Amino acid sequence: MAEKPIQGEKRVFMTGNEVVAWAALAAEADLMYGYPITPQNEVMHYWTRLAPKFGKKFLQTEDEISAGFTTCGGALAGKRCFTATAGPGNILMQESMAMAEMMRIPTVLVVQQRGGPSTGTVIYSQQEVTMTCFGGNGEGLRIVYSTGSHQELFDYVIKAFNSAWKYRFPTFVLGDGYQAKMRESLVIYDPALKGIKMEPTAPRLGLEGMPGVDRPPSHLRNTYNTEEELFEAVSELVAAYEKIAPEVVEYQEFFTDDAEVVIIAHGVVTRAAQAAVKTLRSQGIGAGHFRPVTLRPFAVDALKTIAKRAKKLLVVESAQGQLAKIVKDAIYGESVPLEGYYRPGQGITAEEIVELVKKGM
Amino acid sequence: MTKVPNMPKSWRQETKPHKFCPGCGHGLVLKALGEAIDELGIQDRVVFGCDIGCSLLAWDFFNVDTVQTHHGRTTPVLTGVKRARPDRICIAYMGDGGGYAIGSQHLVNAAARNEKLTVILVNNCNYGMTGGQMAPTTLPDMKTETSPYGRNVAETGYPTQGPEMVAAITREGAYAARGTVANVRQLKGFIKKALQNQIDGNGFSFVEALSGCPTNWSTNAKDTWAFIEETMTKYFKVGEIKAPAKKEE
Repeated sequence: MAEKPIQGEKRVFMTGNEVVAWAALAAEADLMYGYPITPQNEVMHYWTRLAPKFGKKFLQTEDEISAGFTTCGGALAGKRCFTATAGPGNILMQESMAMAEMMRIPTVLVVQQRGGPSTGTVIYSQQEVTMTCFGGNGEGLRIVYSTGSHQELFDYVIKAFNSAWKYRFPTFVLGDGYQAKMRESLVIYDPALKGIKMEPTAPRLGLEGMPGVDRPPSHLRNTYNTEEELFEAVSELVAAYEKIAPEVVEYQEFFTDDAEVVIIAHGVVTRAAQAAVKTLRSQGIGAGHFRPVTLRPFAVDALKTIAKRAKKLLVVESAQGQLAKIVKDAIYGESVPLEGYYRPGQGITAEEIVELVKKGM
Repeated sequence: MTKVPNMPKSWRQETKPHKFCPGCGHGLVLKALGEAIDELGIQDRVVFGCDIGCSLLAWDFFNVDTVQTHHGRTTPVLTGVKRARPDRICIAYMGDGGGYAIGSQHLVNAAARNEKLTVILVNNCNYGMTGGQMAPTTLPDMKTETSPYGRNVAETGYPTQGPEMVAAITREGAYAARGTVANVRQLKGFIKKALQNQIDGNGFSFVEALSGCPTNWSTNAKDTWAFIEETMTKYFKVGEIKAPAKKEE
């Protein structure tokens, strides 16, 4: 057997895309199916260089539709498979992710958000929140981790494989172009060293034994004949999702206990929000920050508790209110005012947030 | 004692009679496929995938592991399975719309990559499941729901010639043939060779099967068979289009 890709732990300085490739290796991923699109290309570049050394495989498909569906096929065959994309590629992958939702296929998809709509920019945004959480002709029964640093990219790519295989819902790591292309220091490690056990995988196609004799054949479908039959199937999916949601939900709070203004931000913007809160607090201003790590499922209860005691919520995001929609849905019924600072496709600094909060006081 | 009709061993008896329309050609194609699986003794190694369209009705047809996918996406799903499990015999089953229209990029690229995969495509000159629209394989001047005055080739081009296309874009090792439900024995032979090609690891294998759709053609049995045997074969030539060269003894 090939040696472990990462022995022990190691401090490194690398781009986020390189981090994703290393994390997938550390997570014992078997196969990547991919198609070029900026800003995720280097995930493939590093994977194709590293993977063969550890007996792992890669296929460059004809498009993202194919990359998504081959990932579904590989996962159904019992292998840890993943793909990565962005922007228009993410659109094309929604079809396969809808199938993964319906058939509970443990796919892992890393999204490095770029500016949109349409071709937009290849640089950065947080505009793929709605699509990544709720894309497809379904109910958004997905697990979406929104990372804010290279360390988190590494941690959550590993976690994504485990969540996908444990809960059997399509799992996404939502990064962005800044995280993809920037270099940052982090510690990469062998998951076993941290007590992380990789969830076992199991095939649902190509099982051992003679089907119909030794075992029933595995007949997997996503088509249903009647409204009742479909309703029953979807209700089961929803119930399963709601059952696991409390276990999956993750969030962070910074000085929210006594905060008058609570800044809500996710992904890389949490860094500006955290820095802003520190500055504001040093100036005696009662600011706090709520940061959802999972956008699906969402930390509804935790945010409701905050909404009950804060005087104002301020949603800050590099999109025109995509996170705000999720937030409003979560706090429905609360009377706290909500303001938004929306910068689609633009980075947001701590200084901007500090100024914003002060202006509004 | 109930008498069970003679059917291929790899068929799942519990799901018979099958779900296709009376007179549909799918049952015959799947009979040829079932017998080919039996004769090759690969039932425990087959992964069967079906598309959207009438082919999806085969999702519980065989006593083999089966996945029903989306329209046109059976080729990539089975590519994903095959790459993950090269020891399995992967069969992607689809209609002409799935293979030549919405999934044509997958067919073309799987063939170009010489995926070790077998694609079986049922050509009945129209979209059956959705109610008889024009397909890439609709014959010139043929009436369908979306070509009610007949297919105008000046506007919509000529029918796709699938096995010829596959033969043109593949290299040595690939297999491409066109059979017909009017000759199930020959069709079975083509399917067997296609599967053997995958088993031998030679490369991509592709079989198109000419088939009837009396429901949407609005034809009786006699006219259905006449259309398959006489009209379709004028345009779609039955036979092997590409086969790997025999190894020197």
